[in-house]
Amino acid sequence: MIIELLTQIIFWAFVILTVGSAIVVVFSKRIIYSAFALLFTLFGVAGLYVFLAADFLAASQLLVYVGGILTLIIFGVFLTTKLHGMSIPEQTHQRYLAIIPVAGIIAILFYVFFSVDWFAHASAAEPTTKDLGKLLLTTYLVPFEVASVLLLAALIGAMRLARPREEDQDD
Amino acid sequence: MIIPAEYISLLISIVYTAGVVVFVLLFVLLCNWLERKISAHMQDRLGPMETGGWHGWAQPIADAIKLLLKEDIIPAAADSKLFRIAPYIVFMGSLAGFAVLPFASNLIGTDLNIGVYYVIAVTSIVVIGLLMAGWSSNNKWSLYGAMRSASQMISYEIPVALALLVPVIAAGSMSMNEIVQNQAGGFWNWYVFKTMPFSLIAFIIYFWASLAESNRAPFDLPEAESELVAGYFTEYSGIRFAFFFLAEYSDMFVVSAIAATVFLGGWHAPFPFLSFIPGIVWFVSKAAFLVLVQMWLRWTLPRLRVDQLMHICWKIFLPFSFVNLLLVSLWVVLKG
Repeated sequence: MIIELLTQIIFWAFVILTVGSAIVVVFSKRIIYSAFALLFTLFGVAGLYVFLAADFLAASQLLVYVGGILTLIIFGVFLTTKLHGMSIPEQTHQRYLAIIPVAGIIAILFYVFFSVDWFAHASAAEPTTKDLGKLLLTTYLVPFEVASVLLLAALIGAMRLARPREEDQDD
Repeated sequence: MIIPAEYISLLISIVYTAGVVVFVLLFVLLCNWLERKISAHMQDRLGPMETGGWHGWAQPIADAIKLLLKEDIIPAAADSKLFRIAPYIVFMGSLAGFAVLPFASNLIGTDLNIGVYYVIAVTSIVVIGLLMAGWSSNNKWSLYGAMRSASQMISYEIPVALALLVPVIAAGSMSMNEIVQNQAGGFWNWYVFKTMPFSLIAFIIYFWASLAESNRAPFDLPEAESELVAGYFTEYSGIRFAFFFLAEYSDMFVVSAIAATVFLGGWHAPFPFLSFIPGIVWFVSKAAFLVLVQMWLRWTLPRLRVDQLMHICWKIFLPFSFVNLLLVSLWVVLKG
């Protein structure tokens, strides 16, 4: 009884955290607030994954999105804003043109929302890691490898761009 | 009146959580005192001697009270919202690691089947907290400290994770409890010795990389006193500074406790005949020993430069961990 109540409270706390911080991400006029609010959104989504018994996915969400991508975004903001001029002008441009892609995205989301059977029951007791590992190395081996080669190419490309050119070096 | 079982389990988890927090506070107080005494003796000084009588044992208590009573100063040009919440995020990230530490065979917050992975994942929250602290202080030293800290922590996350994978592969599980259970029966069954030499190499890599993960010397570039004043917490005072301090020392305990769990047999005694001593004693003393080694190293080794730090991570630790991982996988496959 009380455990169920607490579970409900925690679930709704995660929902409010996710949606509330997502609103800050979208509507904040300062890009740094958006970046830091994204931490809470990603954390909240990870919490929702736990409620869906997808523990591995939840931890991956934190590791990849918070530890990797969000850090990268924040670094990007740091390196493009001056330290003392704390505000960079952020404005909304082309408000009416933006309606078209947004409407498209909403349509796709609604289509997915109504076409998926959401009540597939996940059993909390089953560890997901074993099956995930097997699937990644059998059925989904090709997409997995393609994704890693793509990331490797991006990594090498980034290093090539960041390095000074040969003729610029003086030693 | 019979209390339903679920109330009891709820009560137990509340008591356990409170116990962990109290343990962290006491541990940090003790560490604070020990660090000063050890550094003093290594430098041929005495360290705190007055407060409380015997070897200044009450010094950390006095310090804690001082920090609690100190004015909480927020610089006028700082971004006060982010400045206020940053220490809590950092502390939350490092406290979250305690949830899966197996203090004894039945004394574990929650035995997640992805325990090791969970710990690596929650440390990434700390990075964001540090960046938040450094940026919101609006101070060049803070920002440099935060950026150094973030680049250091995300770089060293990779060797840490790869080194932890070696015992995970040998145990066939990421659950902390299961990894410890696989190391039963004497120190020769601990993973540091069991799958020689792979896990010994992994242990060495893990230990050094975890020093960098918890921003300890010789990898304490983020707070390098001689160049950055105090790094990302330069502007902090009072209780918010205390939270950074707590986070640093509880981080030291978490990384040492993980090393004790996956490499040094967790709560198991080194010899089977010593197993009458409760597991929590073994676990805490193994972790405390590693914390002691961290302090010893801090006062022995000079600080690295940024390029040396990156060189060690990407050109030494990373290739060694990859080869190590391949070899241990091969070894496990051949063993069947």
